[in-house]
Amino acid sequence: MSERVAVRKTYKLFIGGKFPRSESGRSYLVQSSNVSLASRKDARDAVVAARAAVKGWAGATAYNRGQILYRAAEMLEGRRAQFVALGVPGDEVDAAVDRWVWYAGWADKLAQVYGGANPVAGPYFNISAPEPTGVIAVVAPERPALLGLVSVIAPAIVTGNTVVVAASPSEPLAAVTLAEVLATSDLPGGVVNILTGAITETVPALAAHMDVNAIDLTGVIDTALATDLEVKAAENLKRVLRPASADHDWFADPGLARMTALLETKTVWHPKGV
Amino acid sequence: MFEYAPAPESRSVVDLKPSYGLFIDGAFVDPTDGDSFKSINPASEEVLAEIAEAGASDVERAVRAARKAYDKVWGPMPGRDRAKYLYRIARLIQERSRELAVLESLDNGKPIRESRDVDLPLVAAHFFYYAGWADKLEHAGFGGNPRPIGVAAQVIPWNFPLLMLAWKIAPALAAGNTVVLKPAETTSLTALLFAEICQQADLPPGVVNIVTGAGDTGRALVEHPGVDKVAFTGSTDVGRAIARSVAGTRKKLTLELGGKAANIVFDDAPIDQAVEGIVNGIFFNQGHVCCAGSRLLVQENVADRVLESLKRRMAQLRVGDPLDKNTDVGAINSAAQLERIRELSDAGSAEGAERWSPPCELPDRGFWFAPTIFTGVTQAHRIAREEIFGPVLSVLTFRTPAEAVEKANNTPYGLSAGIWTDKGSRILWMADRLRAGVVWANTFNKFDPTSPFGGYKESGYGREGGRHGLEAYLNV
Repeated sequence: MSERVAVRKTYKLFIGGKFPRSESGRSYLVQSSNVSLASRKDARDAVVAARAAVKGWAGATAYNRGQILYRAAEMLEGRRAQFVALGVPGDEVDAAVDRWVWYAGWADKLAQVYGGANPVAGPYFNISAPEPTGVIAVVAPERPALLGLVSVIAPAIVTGNTVVVAASPSEPLAAVTLAEVLATSDLPGGVVNILTGAITETVPALAAHMDVNAIDLTGVIDTALATDLEVKAAENLKRVLRPASADHDWFADPGLARMTALLETKTVWHPKGV
Repeated sequence: MFEYAPAPESRSVVDLKPSYGLFIDGAFVDPTDGDSFKSINPASEEVLAEIAEAGASDVERAVRAARKAYDKVWGPMPGRDRAKYLYRIARLIQERSRELAVLESLDNGKPIRESRDVDLPLVAAHFFYYAGWADKLEHAGFGGNPRPIGVAAQVIPWNFPLLMLAWKIAPALAAGNTVVLKPAETTSLTALLFAEICQQADLPPGVVNIVTGAGDTGRALVEHPGVDKVAFTGSTDVGRAIARSVAGTRKKLTLELGGKAANIVFDDAPIDQAVEGIVNGIFFNQGHVCCAGSRLLVQENVADRVLESLKRRMAQLRVGDPLDKNTDVGAINSAAQLERIRELSDAGSAEGAERWSPPCELPDRGFWFAPTIFTGVTQAHRIAREEIFGPVLSVLTFRTPAEAVEKANNTPYGLSAGIWTDKGSRILWMADRLRAGVVWANTFNKFDPTSPFGGYKESGYGREGGRHGLEAYLNV
């Protein structure tokens, strides 16, 4: 009996709920695998998919979004061994699952904590509520490849945004595997789109894209690149999250800031009377 | 139209000096290079005073004074004491509100009825509101130890000079920051009177600094490396430039920019109330309002009735002397703004929309523009896309709620919107779908210090007012 020959996996992009190769036909060798090298066109296609998903995802009930995110945590837990096999430390996988569950629970709570009635000086009903900003471009941190990725995706989507994520260029396999988790979690296609490859190629296209509402530069290490991206983002006044500091502790309590930075506050007035 | 005898408010309550210096480190000082400019009354073109123009070295002095006050006095001061200074300022504003209102109308051109009944009460209320936050920050929901950011550079527009100052300074000081504020070059005077109020309140020197000047002064201020926070209210183009200039720095930024709000009238709306709302939405403050309801979307089957009623109401508007208590619509703030309004209105006619204004006698001197509506406007017209910032309304029609949402959201702006209908479920359905930071249903242009204000999309980011307004001035 010869030893069984393994079936190897092709690591591809995740756009609109599907796993296409880069339209450019390119790949790069990383973590002993050929991984898709996304082009600017792939980035634009991902924005189209993310925009198309906004209406359904932002319009879903908060309870429904929470259910779907919790389902994703279940799927993530089930693939624990697979992430470990990719070299992700076990405690990082555990922290990533816990983080996902933590954010999932915020879906139907944040509006109460971050919004509410305003006691205006007059006979008016007045209420402020958070709403998603729209399509968010996210540069995931280089590492920790899984916990960092989860920590930037979950807070963006739990409130109803959709994302186009540039995965860690040096450790992209965890990102593609996370895409497989999300694809089997009832998450509507297009809510999360993941690009692998060089961030210098895809992210400038996202920063300059007029149909992207915000950009999270967390994973950008090169300060000149970060400045250039922020300048590009100013063209349509994207909300900007600046790069995380090099010593950022991804295991620490993340607080609300990552969620609230990607929200708009809408205030509605109505007169009271008979 | 009824004949009214003139009812002018007296100017004697205002004691104008021939010239004003910069307010730095608690004192009025001359600018280093001695430049100045004139502030005029837009209703008469009379020169009101000579205003110092701050150069880069003056901005430097002001930022240094603010830093020193932050490090030594205001930052370490217990919140309870900061609160008391802010309460003092709020009281002084109430006590001197007549003087401030008259000066605001003189310098800005807005009707005294508005500066007296809207601007000044809101200014005082804003300081009262944030005064109370100063010693409660740890309970504001931003964690147990919220910290101020440092020195805030604040640049404000000319449409609500003192109110925008209050929106900027009150939350900044409550949170423990110190400020350098630049008023708009056409409306510096109430900011300088506010500086006197700071002196009267014995506010420690350097906590509030006011540098007067135009765009160059503002640029020097927001680009100064000693500034930790930038807050700007004004045009989207300048907002974009500021967003670029803070790129790559650690400066925190909030922007409150332009708008092109839809005011949506359904066929079941009470027409008379809706018409009052339309008039208030676009002719309040001469339309110099970033959240003005400058696009009227009226349901097709009631468009004729609404327009007829609107025209009848517009014919009753009194345009003229801002200091006359009967005046509804005052002067356009500057020659430059008047030129912009004329240019866009001419484009409206040239592109095929139909222009109408009531018969209306305008004064010979000063800057005036009659209340104007355009009908037959399409979404492609410049007057439907660009912010006019004047008393000019573009009228479009729609048939279904979905079409109203589509048209209302068809703009890069997202500051405000109005809905007029008797049906509650439709209000909430519409409110959910309108991409705007403030939605007024069966009302318009209402403001309150407890109510967050600010835009979606290219109308800027961050909120002013309420608990949300604190966040812009805290490291959270």
